[in-house]
Amino acid sequence: MTGRAEALLWLAQRASAAVLGFCVLVHLATIVLAVQGGLSAAEILARTQASLAWAAFYAVFVLAVAVHAPIGLRTIAREWLGWRGRSLELTTLAAGIALAILGWRAVAGVVLG
Amino acid sequence: MTQAQDSEPESLRTVQVWRGDATGGAFAEYRVPARPRQTILDLVTWIQRHIDPGLSYRYACRVGMCGTCAMTVNGRPRWTCRTLLGTVAGEGTLRIAPLAHLPVIKDLACDMAAFFDKWRRAEGRFHGIDSVEPEIAVVSPSSPERQAADAGIECIGCGVCYAACDVVGWNPEYLGPAALNRAWTLANDVRDRAGVARLKAVAGDAGCHACHSHQSCADHCPKHLNPTRGIAGLKRLAARAALKGEI
Ligand code: SF4
Ligand code: SF4
Ligand code: FES
Repeated sequence: MTGRAEALLWLAQRASAAVLGFCVLVHLATIVLAVQGGLSAAEILARTQASLAWAAFYAVFVLAVAVHAPIGLRTIAREWLGWRGRSLELTTLAAGIALAILGWRAVAGVVLG
Repeated sequence: MTQAQDSEPESLRTVQVWRGDATGGAFAEYRVPARPRQTILDLVTWIQRHIDPGLSYRYACRVGMCGTCAMTVNGRPRWTCRTLLGTVAGEGTLRIAPLAHLPVIKDLACDMAAFFDKWRRAEGRFHGIDSVEPEIAVVSPSSPERQAADAGIECIGCGVCYAACDVVGWNPEYLGPAALNRAWTLANDVRDRAGVARLKAVAGDAGCHACHSHQSCADHCPKHLNPTRGIAGLKRLAARAALKGEI
C-alpha cells in the first residue's frame, strides 16, 4: 500500500467515524424511546415499513459501518498476524462488501417486508 | 539542595544492573551507597568507578541536554542524569537495564543507529533552496506554524519515547515518535522546501499512520514534548496532500 492509499484510508475511517458517532446516538435514542411502552416486532415494523426516512438513515448507518470496520480490522490483522499484501487488501474489501450487503439486506427486510 | 539534604546519611542499596551484549546477558547485583537525591547516572558511575571498571554505559552532559544517558529504570525508560533515586525507587529494588527496542552493544549502552537512521528516512532535515535566500525569511513567533514547530523543537534525541512506544516493538519498520516529531517541526518550517517529499516519507504503515495515538511517548518524554500531537498533524497534512494528488 502506498502512503497515498494509507492517507485516504485514514480519512475514510475518520469520516465514517463521524457519521457513526451521529448514527449511534440517534439509534440509541430511538431504542430508549421505542421501548418505553414495551417493544414488539409488530411495533417496530409499523414504524419502519415503507418509511423512506428510516430506510435512508439505516442505509447510511450500514455504509459507515462497512467503511469503518474493515479498515480497523485490517490494521489489527497487520499488527497481530503480520498479514500484509494483496491478500489482506482483498480480504478487507470483501469484508466491507459483505457488511454492506448483510446490512442493507436487513434494512430492506424491515422497510419493505 | 539544602544543607539538610546534603548531609543525609548514606545507606547501602542493592542495585541490579543488566550486564551483557547483543548475544544475551543477565542482571548483576551490586551494593551501592545511595542517597535519595542522587541521580541514577551517579549510581551507575559509582559502580563503574568503585566495583567494576568494565561496566559500559553512555553519557555526556549530565545536565539533561545531550540525550545520551537514557536507560530503563525499573521498567520505565528515563533520562538517568535527571532522574533522582528517591523519585523512582523509594526504598524498593532498583533495576537498571538498557533502553528497549534497540540492539545492545554492551551492558547499558545501546546502538542508536537504527533510531537516527529513521530520522533520515523521515526526511528529518531542513531543505532550503539551493541558492542564497534573496531575503531573510521573517517568521513571526506568533504564527500558528511557528508555534506548532516550537512545541516540538526541544527534542534532545534521547530515544526515551522510542523505547516507550509499543508500536515500535510490534513493527520494527515504524519510524517512531521522535523521527515523526522532527518531521512535524520541519513541516511547519515555512522556509523548508521539501514538504511533499517529507509527507511521502512519513505516510504509510511504517510512518504516521501506524501510530495508535496512545501517548506513551508523550507520557515518558523527559522534555514534556507531545509527539502524538505532531503525528496527528502529519496525518492531517498527508490526507490533504493525498486529496490534492500531491502524494
Ligand atoms: S502515540 Fe504513537 S508514537 Fe506515541 S507511543 Fe503511541 S503509538 Fe508510539
Ligand atoms: S521526543 Fe522527547 S523522549 Fe523522544 S527523543 Fe525527543 S526528547 Fe527524547
Ligand atoms: S547525560 Fe546528557 S542528557 Fe543525560
